[in-house]
Amino acid sequence: MSDEKISQAEKDEAADLAERAKTAAAAAPEAHTLFDVQEMELNFGPQHPSTHGVLRLVLKVDGEKILEAKPDMGYLHRGTEKLFETETYPMGIPHTDRMDYVAAATNNHAFCLAVEKLLGVEIPRRAQLIRVILDELQRLSSHLVWLGTSGIDLGAVTPFWYAFREREQILDFFEEYCGARLTLNCMRIGGLPFDLTAGWTERVSEFISDLPARIDDYEQLLTDNRIWKKRTVGVGVISAEECVEWGLTGPIIRGSGLAWDLRRAQPYECYEELDFVVPTRENGDTYDRYIVRVQEMRQSAKIIRQCLSKLEPGDIRGKVPRVIKPPAEEVYASIESPKGELGFYCVSNGTNKPYRMHVRPPSFINLQALPRLAKGHLVSDLVALIGTIDIVLGEVDR
Amino acid sequence: MTDAEKAPAEEKKPRPEATDASGHPWVQAMRASLPDTIVSAKEFAGQVTVVVQKDQIARAARHLKDEQDFKYCVDVTAVDWKTRTPRFEVVYHFYSFSKNARIRVKCAVADGEEVPSIAAVFLSANWCERETWDMFGIKFSGHPDLRRILTWEGFNGFPLRKDFPLEGIDTGAAVYPEEWPEGGGPSKGDTNRKVVS
Repeated sequence: MSDEKISQAEKDEAADLAERAKTAAAAAPEAHTLFDVQEMELNFGPQHPSTHGVLRLVLKVDGEKILEAKPDMGYLHRGTEKLFETETYPMGIPHTDRMDYVAAATNNHAFCLAVEKLLGVEIPRRAQLIRVILDELQRLSSHLVWLGTSGIDLGAVTPFWYAFREREQILDFFEEYCGARLTLNCMRIGGLPFDLTAGWTERVSEFISDLPARIDDYEQLLTDNRIWKKRTVGVGVISAEECVEWGLTGPIIRGSGLAWDLRRAQPYECYEELDFVVPTRENGDTYDRYIVRVQEMRQSAKIIRQCLSKLEPGDIRGKVPRVIKPPAEEVYASIESPKGELGFYCVSNGTNKPYRMHVRPPSFINLQALPRLAKGHLVSDLVALIGTIDIVLGEVDR
Repeated sequence: MTDAEKAPAEEKKPRPEATDASGHPWVQAMRASLPDTIVSAKEFAGQVTVVVQKDQIARAARHLKDEQDFKYCVDVTAVDWKTRTPRFEVVYHFYSFSKNARIRVKCAVADGEEVPSIAAVFLSANWCERETWDMFGIKFSGHPDLRRILTWEGFNGFPLRKDFPLEGIDTGAAVYPEEWPEGGGPSKGDTNRKVVS
């Protein structure tokens, strides 16, 4: 904006304020003018602990009430989509780790699925099962991060320590599998980089059999907690129709009553033969989304248990050419990431580098509905709402 | 290793190929409702792609939403084809819950041309179109709030265009618009920058 425009805007604002102060003074001549200014603009973030990264919101507030919330992102924009174009297909996988950095495995998975679809490669059964196990472990760890941090945001500090205790174990499993804890890079086009280490399945299965009791612990701290309910019930209500309209996916749409899960709707890998429930709730508020996520964690444990029992020795990599040169076509592949529908739109021009690789990030699209959810709520509810959308700014900005 | 990998690859079923999809029921329904809209249609890996006239895109989106039950706009993005005319392709993905299927709609746009916005049809397309404007410089006419979204207002250049240098441009762009011209890419006097193709 040019200087003239700024000064003009300042003048307008000053005139506006003076006008309002005058009317307020006329209405209540006794009152203190300082507190009579009804609306004000408030910067929320980018450096604010509850924004889970670098999200800036420009709020228009009337006292504590939010009249308007305008998200402003891009602080973490690293041009990932541009980078994909300049590197070969396998070199793109590590970049995906850095998008949703609390759920790297699902990002790897979606990227690989897109390229595999383009190539028409089939994945060996063992690799499919291990991918599903990794995905679900990742979903657990992502939901645990969400549970812990959104609890802290609302003043419930205790669940954080429990949630991160379990997450630590999951990260240990990842470390044992691929050497990394966060930026996993744990899948390859056509399969997996490594087979499981000895004893890994036993340790995971032990952890999984403990998990339901631990989820009970979290629920004991929150589900019937009066303060938790006061902060979440009826906050950010959205109907299933509106969810579709806004493109909201994942636990948000399921919390509003639509049992739509890509693992069930358009199964990839071996999800169609697995027995699990898609949990839903009816009210579509923050509390229901919390319940849905907790139920999803129980379902993930169930899925992992089934996959572990189905594991048999076999190949972990499909027949993929050494140099990956897909046909000059385009493809869209998506999976159910912990946050919602994560899709990759891949355009090939027949060379060994993607001509265009676009990411459809669930966090970015879900964040779009935040102004709609926040309108009319209090500033302190905004913290609950950012938590309930479960955004990761690495994925929003890419 | 290479031989062992190559041998079964040759035996394997041929790679998937694109087929003409003009006989597909969705395409036919669209053609019946909006004649002279569809340019071409193809199917690859079970995914239907319909290319429509640029000016008809909002009507096509409305048709898909109201008459064919594609109620969820998954994504809007673009591809810069650089050497083709028209240069860009705007790509839309829609999903239908009742059909449990996706459709891809595309339209070709020349540099500087405007595309009718579908933000009034699908709320979720709002930010996607903003991102496409920000990254490619494709304007959407009728968009309620077409501002940059990932970069900042005043940034000169459109990062996902193929002629935008990978190492970025001097962000003095916002301060010296006369030196960093509108439309992106390296400035005229700059010979030290690689152009990614």
